[in-house]
Amino acid sequence: MSQVDQIAKPLGLGGIPTLKKRESLVKDGIRRLVKNRAAVLGFSIILLLILMAIFAPLIAIKSFDTQVLVDQNKVPTWILSLFPTMKPYAQISSAYPLGADYVGRDMFSRIVYGARISLTVAFIGPFISLIIGVIYGSISGYFGGRVDNIMMRIVDVLYAFPSLLFIILLLAFFRSSMSHLSPGSPAYLLSKFDESLGGMFFIFVGIGLTAWETMARLTRGQVLSIREKEFIEAAHTIGAPNLRIMFRHILPNILGPLVVAETLAIPGYIATEAFLSFIGLGVNPPTPSWGAMISEGANSIRSYPNQAIFPALALAITMFAFNFLGDGLRDALDPRLRGTQ
Amino acid sequence: MGRYIIRRLLYMVVVILVVSIITFGLMHAIPGGPFSREKALPAATLLILEERYHLNDPYWKQYVDYINNVLVPHITTTPPSTALADDCLVNVKIGKVWIRWMNFGPSFKSRSRTVNDIFRDNLPISAQLGTMALLVSVSIGMPLGIMAALKQNTIWDYIGMSISIIGVSVPVIVLGPIFVWVFGVALKWLPPTGWGAQPPYILGFLPSSLGWDFFKHAIMPSVALGLGASAIIARLTRASLLQTVREDYIRTARAKGLHERVVITRHALKNSLIPVVTILGPLFAALVTGTFVTELIFGIPGMGKYFVTSITNRDYPVIMGTILLYAVFLVIANLVVDIVYAYLDPRIRYD
Repeated sequence: MSQVDQIAKPLGLGGIPTLKKRESLVKDGIRRLVKNRAAVLGFSIILLLILMAIFAPLIAIKSFDTQVLVDQNKVPTWILSLFPTMKPYAQISSAYPLGADYVGRDMFSRIVYGARISLTVAFIGPFISLIIGVIYGSISGYFGGRVDNIMMRIVDVLYAFPSLLFIILLLAFFRSSMSHLSPGSPAYLLSKFDESLGGMFFIFVGIGLTAWETMARLTRGQVLSIREKEFIEAAHTIGAPNLRIMFRHILPNILGPLVVAETLAIPGYIATEAFLSFIGLGVNPPTPSWGAMISEGANSIRSYPNQAIFPALALAITMFAFNFLGDGLRDALDPRLRGTQ
Repeated sequence: MGRYIIRRLLYMVVVILVVSIITFGLMHAIPGGPFSREKALPAATLLILEERYHLNDPYWKQYVDYINNVLVPHITTTPPSTALADDCLVNVKIGKVWIRWMNFGPSFKSRSRTVNDIFRDNLPISAQLGTMALLVSVSIGMPLGIMAALKQNTIWDYIGMSISIIGVSVPVIVLGPIFVWVFGVALKWLPPTGWGAQPPYILGFLPSSLGWDFFKHAIMPSVALGLGASAIIARLTRASLLQTVREDYIRTARAKGLHERVVITRHALKNSLIPVVTILGPLFAALVTGTFVTELIFGIPGMGKYFVTSITNRDYPVIMGTILLYAVFLVIANLVVDIVYAYLDPRIRYD
């Protein structure tokens, strides 16, 4: 960070976006982020969760899908003190740290492996919606006029779709139309790909296809605000092609708010996946997903509350962490909110 | 303003038509029909069934017929019959003529019911739940946001914002089971499942008596559903109010010696509500669609189960009916928001 930059910024003299200045802005943001204790906590939890997901086979020694029917619904003793209503009928087994589920699978292993699904959604969901939304929004905002009008009307119409119902419809379409296909066709390959991912691929497609609209609107607004600036005009006069202006000159200048918005949207994606798994449209069993575990546990919530409440807590902690981080990022990067802190 | 509303209503019809085309196309693109079974029906039976529900018509004809039945009011002299194919949501008699509107068709799965029956029996319950959740979210969210903003950077602010971050982090599938266990099973304060309101409903959806019987069933699901939304409202209220109290006209109001309470309620609050109102539309829509998870967890006999089952059963009229219904909800909610917007901020003019 050079001295000139520090002086120039508040005076509004640094109109030329040099690489150095951008770096210092990022550094500035990171410095503010590190000072925010909640954000650091969120970030640490996310790191832990990532490690847990990567090293799941080492942490969860028991298999997540081996059914030991004699151990159905067994719980360790400490759970009885947490849920005293279970005392009269609960069967004790210390082999399962969080108990066994209704077919005798280790809950702990399933929760550890479940982190893989939620975290993949947390990272791929924003990626898909960012790519579609940014491309769509920048084209719309950059060209303006009739193109903008038509493209934004399309987004308006899609907005009127109840998004969860749309995802359900799309998932039903993908899942069943891909089930009887001739081998070799592209659709067949897609469905094989989905199978190899345990059914996650179509969830991403479903989430991506409904989540980009917000991002497109935001991008368009940002592009509109920056399109008439002098440095864009300068780029035009030296004959830079449209694509170059869009992605080289405009995009880097609007990326901040987009990243913040996308980080804040992550808990929503996680909740959507959990919800889809909850209603049985999520990943293919026996791949564990927190949503599916909550749904299975909710069936026996009165007798075995641990089976629903532990995965629910795991889901809540993950969403907390992403919310903390997203909030911190917004405060650190979004200049409009500086000063309100 | 009147012109603007008319234009918006026309635009609404276009949106609904596009939504219906996309849904219709997608739903017929899913392989398998409503009468596909593991053990296939005899070809002759299938033919009769398809004939009866007009499924062997070309797609464009099926679509045009559907839209004609649903959107276009029919004027006839024959009184409505009890036939399932003849069940309209709106039947108005003027003199000798009947105006009949919104025939959403029969349900393929439950042969003795129509989509309108589902709307009549189950929709009011979902609407009650959605409205209660909205009330919960506004009545928790706004005071929390106002408190946080007025006492900015104090312990109250931090408490308020911590509560709201908890709110956005616990979706209803997390909060639901916890509520059921804590208040329904362990403490036995509230019934863990069921719904207290019974038909007939006032205005089509309001329960006829708002006693403990209704609330004891409604409290848990509406709090579980509304808490997340209340967090969003709280944060938005706080941010917006913080911005408003920095405006010049607030300083002017203070300078002319107005009581602080008047400054806040009359000047700051009204203006800071504008962004909050804009989010109520989408929020209400999200709450209404969110009702179906809540209904699954709390065993509430609302529309919820039809969303998923209609798609897996390929029950075409129910799929179309539910999606169109919710699309209409969304569009109307947004229209109402825009009108309220104009009322709150006279600078906004729609022409």
